Amino acid sequence: MARKSREADIRLLDGNQAAAEGARLSRVQVIAAYPITPQTPLTEELSEFVEKGDLKAEYIAVESEHSAMTVCTSASLVGARTFTATSAHGLAYMHEMLHWVAGARLPVVLACVNRAIGAPWNILNDQQDSISQRDTGWIQIYARNNQEILDSIIQAYKIAESVYVPVMVCFDGYVLSHTEMPVDVPSQEDVDRFLPPYKPHTLLDPTNPKNYNLVTLADPRNNAEGVLCHGYMELRYLLQEALQNAAETIIKVGQEFHELFGRNYANMFWEDNLDDADIVTVAMGSLAMEAKVAVSMLREEGHKVGILGLRIFRPFPKATLVKALAKARLIVVFDKNISYGSEGATCSEIKSALYGSQAKAAIRNFIVGLGGRDVKARELADAVKASLTSLKPGALNIEYPEWICYI
Amino acid sequence: MGTRECKHICDESSPAIGEAGETGEWRSLMPVIHNNKCIPAKQKKPSCFICWLYCPDAVIKKTIPIQINLEYCKGCGICMQVCPAKAINMV
Repeated sequence: MARKSREADIRLLDGNQAAAEGARLSRVQVIAAYPITPQTPLTEELSEFVEKGDLKAEYIAVESEHSAMTVCTSASLVGARTFTATSAHGLAYMHEMLHWVAGARLPVVLACVNRAIGAPWNILNDQQDSISQRDTGWIQIYARNNQEILDSIIQAYKIAESVYVPVMVCFDGYVLSHTEMPVDVPSQEDVDRFLPPYKPHTLLDPTNPKNYNLVTLADPRNNAEGVLCHGYMELRYLLQEALQNAAETIIKVGQEFHELFGRNYANMFWEDNLDDADIVTVAMGSLAMEAKVAVSMLREEGHKVGILGLRIFRPFPKATLVKALAKARLIVVFDKNISYGSEGATCSEIKSALYGSQAKAAIRNFIVGLGGRDVKARELADAVKASLTSLKPGALNIEYPEWICYI
Repeated sequence: MGTRECKHICDESSPAIGEAGETGEWRSLMPVIHNNKCIPAKQKKPSCFICWLYCPDAVIKKTIPIQINLEYCKGCGICMQVCPAKAINMV
């Protein structure tokens, strides 16, 4: 039974404010961020917290996102809980340091306010930016509403500092970042009870000097003390192992959060109407909420449709997802991103997860909402209906995704 | 027995001579000091030592005559370039 120590403190917050509240309640100690649309109000909010003394943290103004992540790397290495936020081109500019933070196993938390990437210039929402950073070794969480943004940031620290893997909390620009919603803001006492202080796995200490992440050649080598140490490949193995094992921690942290705050995060994805569904729609982030409306429309029309909303994209919840999709005869995947020359990223993941299982579902992939193109529930519902043709025998797969656009 | 026993989760080491292996193996040209030209060797007193100051790998010892540790000298040739007496050749 969920326990609450106080009356709920419901506030009207946009997504950026929810993320800033999450960082404040997590008692972050160092913030290094560079403003970029649509993340800018998030950094403004945090700098105000620091300026007013509501948050005891160093706010380090930097000249670029690359430097922002570099400052986070150093701060995390000397034992500070570290936060940054960015979008689109800013995240792309951080790319090198995203690899570095993950390779150094530093539990930095980053809020990515999802925005399209140029060319051509576009400041509106899609998920191409964070999907392009899929292989940097970060855990990726996608929030579907502003409450999830706040809750996910607090959980992200607990996850990151348990498994020593950085966490990216992604949420859709404007759709969430600039849209106000009622958000239950937890008390500082409850968050303190949930989130213990950060214990670094390594610490730069002048009295006990250490080298970290120097040139590490292909093969293992004895160190100065005669101990056989990892080569580059062993360290890569450990990062993969940490992400594989992180699923367990993510669920455990979600359960603990549920016990203390009453909101359940004990699954890597959420589902609705799946019990009797032979058609399942899949989407990630706020897009899944739009798909949920489409599912209600289709239910009214008599189709047995359900929805699976992806919350955790890395590590990808292969086994549990296969179980949830076991009964589906048709899976319709909506992606706000595209791996050019292939298909939407979440569709590829789902196909890969289903290989070797008993599932015999036809899979259709639709690319929607790029560069802020409005996604209407009716369009999604129509796409599902158009996909019913795939239920005919022998029509399991279409080579490339379909696009909901005017071409 | 694998490398897990080192218990590191990222690359970690203590500062020590030879942390990057025997870097002398990287060398294609070797510095040779001619003590008949070298200022401290000629004067038999501590002086000059510009090669010691400039060596990026700290493999030159400030002795009379100077000594170059060829186990770690990568053969960059900076010592030859900076020597005012032209006492060092790369061979």
